[in-house]
Amino acid sequence: MTETFTIRNYLRDIKLPFCPGCGCLTVISRFLRAVHELGHKDLSKFVFCSGIGCAAWIPSPHFKADSIHTAHGRSIPVATGIKLMRPDLNVVVFGGDGDLAGIGLSHLVHAARRNLDIAVFMVNNMIYGMTGGQVAPTTPLGTKTTTTPYGSFEHPLDVPSLLVTAGASYAARWTTAHGEQLKEAMKKALATRGFAFVEAVSPCPTAFGRRAGFKDVAEIIRWFRESSVPLEEAEKMTAEDLTKKIVVGEFVYRKISTFTEALYRTIREAEKSAETK
Amino acid sequence: MTGKTSATHFWQGNEACAEATIAAGCRFFAGYPITPASEIFEHLARRLPQAGGITIQMEDEIASIGAVIGASWAGAKAMTATSGPGFSLMQELIGYAFMTETPCVVVDVQRAGPSTGQATKAGQGDVMQARWGTHGDYTSIALSPNSVQEMFDLTIRAFNLAETYRTPVVLLADEVVAHMREQAVIPPSNQIKITNRKKPKPTDKAFFNGEDIAPMPSVGEGYNVPVTGSTHNEHGYRFTADRTVHEKLVKNLIRKIRDNAGKIVDYESLNVDDCDVGVVSFGCTSRAIHETIELAKKKGLTVGSVRLKTIWPFPEEAVRNMAKNVKVIVVPELNMREMFYEVERVVHGAVPVVPLNKIGGGEMITPEELLAEIARSVKKVD
Ligand SMILES: Cc1ncc(C[n+]2csc(CCOP(=O)(O)OP(=O)(O)O)c2C)c(N)n1
Ligand code: SF4
Repeated sequence: MTETFTIRNYLRDIKLPFCPGCGCLTVISRFLRAVHELGHKDLSKFVFCSGIGCAAWIPSPHFKADSIHTAHGRSIPVATGIKLMRPDLNVVVFGGDGDLAGIGLSHLVHAARRNLDIAVFMVNNMIYGMTGGQVAPTTPLGTKTTTTPYGSFEHPLDVPSLLVTAGASYAARWTTAHGEQLKEAMKKALATRGFAFVEAVSPCPTAFGRRAGFKDVAEIIRWFRESSVPLEEAEKMTAEDLTKKIVVGEFVYRKISTFTEALYRTIREAEKSAETK
Repeated sequence: MTGKTSATHFWQGNEACAEATIAAGCRFFAGYPITPASEIFEHLARRLPQAGGITIQMEDEIASIGAVIGASWAGAKAMTATSGPGFSLMQELIGYAFMTETPCVVVDVQRAGPSTGQATKAGQGDVMQARWGTHGDYTSIALSPNSVQEMFDLTIRAFNLAETYRTPVVLLADEVVAHMREQAVIPPSNQIKITNRKKPKPTDKAFFNGEDIAPMPSVGEGYNVPVTGSTHNEHGYRFTADRTVHEKLVKNLIRKIRDNAGKIVDYESLNVDDCDVGVVSFGCTSRAIHETIELAKKKGLTVGSVRLKTIWPFPEEAVRNMAKNVKVIVVPELNMREMFYEVERVVHGAVPVVPLNKIGGGEMITPEELLAEIARSVKKVD
């Protein structure tokens, strides 16, 4: 890893569409550095899939790579078709919390259950950013959004924990305030055989910060730092104590047989049985 | 099974469709169980892996068509099969396939709807859905088999058209054609015409939205192609506000089908030059036509028929020409009038067009019923 990191090796020369202070920018730089540190000089071994939303614009068309920008919530099914046909490629999904854990949740859970060999990076800004700040399945209880002007009355979803139950090989959560840990988690996810998921809790000053009562991005980042609790500590805390906290760390890392391994074994057997007939 | 020699099989319609899928070179199927389409998946689940292909049961029909689209961009010919409720769920991503010019085949084995309707009973209520199912501006190709033989032949054709025009193609079957057993003659594999998508040259940079159909790269080939359902230019870059980019894209999507309608349209006509009454029919309903013509003869009535094998694009010329020779046209269908309006539009008042509709219970329109309607219609105009 003697070469220096040049982000433009991986990014097209197009203006990025994100607001100033948007966490998507941090996610891009962390991800591309992770890719660089894993020894990839370019993105030729990758295919990116995303849905609809601000976070879904991370790869498409900005990465110098094949990228499939699908419909809202449907990145994972499309990624499934690609991975099954081309198990040799690194299939990576980017999406917002609404995209992956709202409208697309069932695909996320089933991909984890299948232990499909893809990496999924969820940018959790706790809001529907692109559409202007509606409540998301990840919005903290009580938060004011455009569709919950009196404060949200729903509990947010803990996505990494759900995916541990579903069968993921790797699941982690960090915030964009944890740059180094986030990058390392992304590296680990990319190196995992099987389904890997990283949630990046991320500031959206435009659609979340203002209404939720944050003065600026710096204040959101401070909140991320102060309310983050390592998983090991969180295990000793009560559910009530945790409502205002962001639990960070590695939720699971395990080696289990992957979907493409099992599928291709089956196909080889079927082909053989057809030949011997 | 197709091989070096031709063979005759006694197949179920869905089985013929599945075998044609393999013969067409399809190597990816994703689906979700639904009557009356499940046998296509079940047959392929056994047969496709033997040919080195993949079948996967997804969590729903949205995921099924999504996986098909992904597989297509990974270079595979890919298909899904469903019925009304699943076809409805797929519509958003079928639109994505139109917009991104993704070749794929969607089989809709029609049953009686709306909603769950009568799950095991035949219907023909998805005619307009096959044309306008997804939102926005586009035009579509849909084929309508009326026998087990055509479940084979038109499935092959559906793949060829999808690959040629880089578009989703709907095989609009129905419960009757899908579940009946009949003889099907399968030609030797070297006599089955197979079309594959045009691939780019290494120097190519434009993969969408061409005056001609653009070449289609696959992911992992080094073209760094951005694919998006948002409005895009020929390189795949998003233009979410520019009027001219949107207009050019959508007009090209429509034009590539409309300008080639003459090559796509397929129908079978009988007696059209010398008849008093014309019948325009498709799918299971059209199976009554031969007997109706014979019965009519005995009554001194001459009946001609245009049977549609492509329902979209609509065989306008054939229907318009028939209208020149007949006194009246009857349109039998297992729905509450869908094809009827299209025939009326094309005939444009030249002769009266009479609907004959029947729904529910999977009951067919019998030759006697069709003949009775023909006789009534003739009497009215005479
Ligand atoms: C089927 C469908 N429903 C709704 C929308 C509108 N829509 C676009 S982006 C979005 C939500 C984006 O939120 P999220 O996925 O969290 O991403 P963010 O913009 O916050 O990064 C919605 C609801 C859509 N495009 N498609
Ligand atoms: S709206 Fe929020 S998520 Fe979207 S670009 Fe702006 S800051 Fe980022």
